[in-house]
Amino acid sequence: MTTTRRDILSAGLAAASAAVTPSVVHAEEHDHAHDHDHQDVPSDPALRVKALESLMAAKGLVDRAALDALIDNYEHRTGPRNGARVVARAWVDAEYKKRLLKDANAAIAELGYGGTNLTVVENSANVHNLVVCTLCSCYPWAVLGLPPVWYKSAAYRSRSVIDPRGVLREFGVKLEDDVEVRVWDSTADLRYLVLPERPAGTSDMSEAQLAGLVTRDAMVGVAKVLLPQGAKA
Amino acid sequence: MNGVHDMGGMQDMGPIAAEKDGPVFHADWERRVFALFNAVDVEWPYRRTQIELIPPAEYLRMSYYEKWLAALPRILIKTGMATAAEVESGNAIGGTNTKWHVLTVAEVATWDAPEPPTAAKTTAPTRLHVGQRVRARNLNPMGHTRLPRYVRGKMGTITRDGGSENLQDTDIRGLGPKQQHVYTVRFAARELWGDQASPRDFVCADLWEGYLESP
Repeated sequence: MTTTRRDILSAGLAAASAAVTPSVVHAEEHDHAHDHDHQDVPSDPALRVKALESLMAAKGLVDRAALDALIDNYEHRTGPRNGARVVARAWVDAEYKKRLLKDANAAIAELGYGGTNLTVVENSANVHNLVVCTLCSCYPWAVLGLPPVWYKSAAYRSRSVIDPRGVLREFGVKLEDDVEVRVWDSTADLRYLVLPERPAGTSDMSEAQLAGLVTRDAMVGVAKVLLPQGAKA
Repeated sequence: MNGVHDMGGMQDMGPIAAEKDGPVFHADWERRVFALFNAVDVEWPYRRTQIELIPPAEYLRMSYYEKWLAALPRILIKTGMATAAEVESGNAIGGTNTKWHVLTVAEVATWDAPEPPTAAKTTAPTRLHVGQRVRARNLNPMGHTRLPRYVRGKMGTITRDGGSENLQDTDIRGLGPKQQHVYTVRFAARELWGDQASPRDFVCADLWEGYLESP
């Protein structure tokens, strides 16, 4: 690393860097919580991104159509519905579930998904799995799309490994003391997906209906899959 | 580097502000910086390294995509894709730069497609095996590393041999060859955090062989 930290400032990129106080350690979470906070520092990042995009296009470094395709893919196509299909298939097809837990890459390829090195970990009455990336924001894009803001927040990244039960309580999941919690820190190129427990009372549901119950949060491990209120059990 | 990005086990970062069904992007500029940052022709470890070089107070203050926005110009300049003058002015003073791969629409279309079955991974020699007790080494490199601070010096058990991968550290002196096995190592929560942790809980991390020693 030859570049010093000062480079960032000298390049004029830290316009909002002034007046950093110790209280900022809490600021990130608050910023993340409200859409409008992003707009409070309004045009500055927008203008800087625009300038960078123009420059990169003029330098011949990017094809704008490819940029649009990337955004469209992760905003509209690749998302938690992919993972929900995988989970529902595993719930209705015991052989598929075996393949999924043994070789997740091959099993998700059966449903047309790939581009990731995936491991699936299974929740049960005795074991609860929780996925985090303490070092950055590693996440199984192919099956969950882009991570939510909280997954990338300092609060989640810092606490998940030292206080997973507290984190789960914050998400409304209360575990008995005798349940084993396994936290998976995505520190290398492996990505993790939680196979949640199938809720009771769903034996009559179709695979597609089951997929509709599976949430992103359940596949990260911060929620259980629940029957919707009033659903026929 | 023992930077602020290495957050595992830190406390007092506030509550987790979970958005219910929050949108993927919260402003249009986030979409564009997401795309630019992904399209730029460098590897992820390099991107991560540049994010980690954001000054700590800035890192904590910035939203996620603000970090990407701070790292992107640094990448352009350090790789020579663009000059500092170009980044500052926004003008392509030196004309086009054709040395780099330009991501295409066709490539994006197959981004998440299953890959054809590849030949078995190269098998680097290894001195470790599944089931073995290992200690994460007490390493404190100045460069980029994927060995989180909270496991250093701690004992765990190898539960999986993930085959060999390229070591992502920027300084690999003393870590062995560039290609080496990655192991999933299971640490008891009490080994990491003491008696305040549940005796039932575990934390698993994926660690390159060079990060581990057999005591």
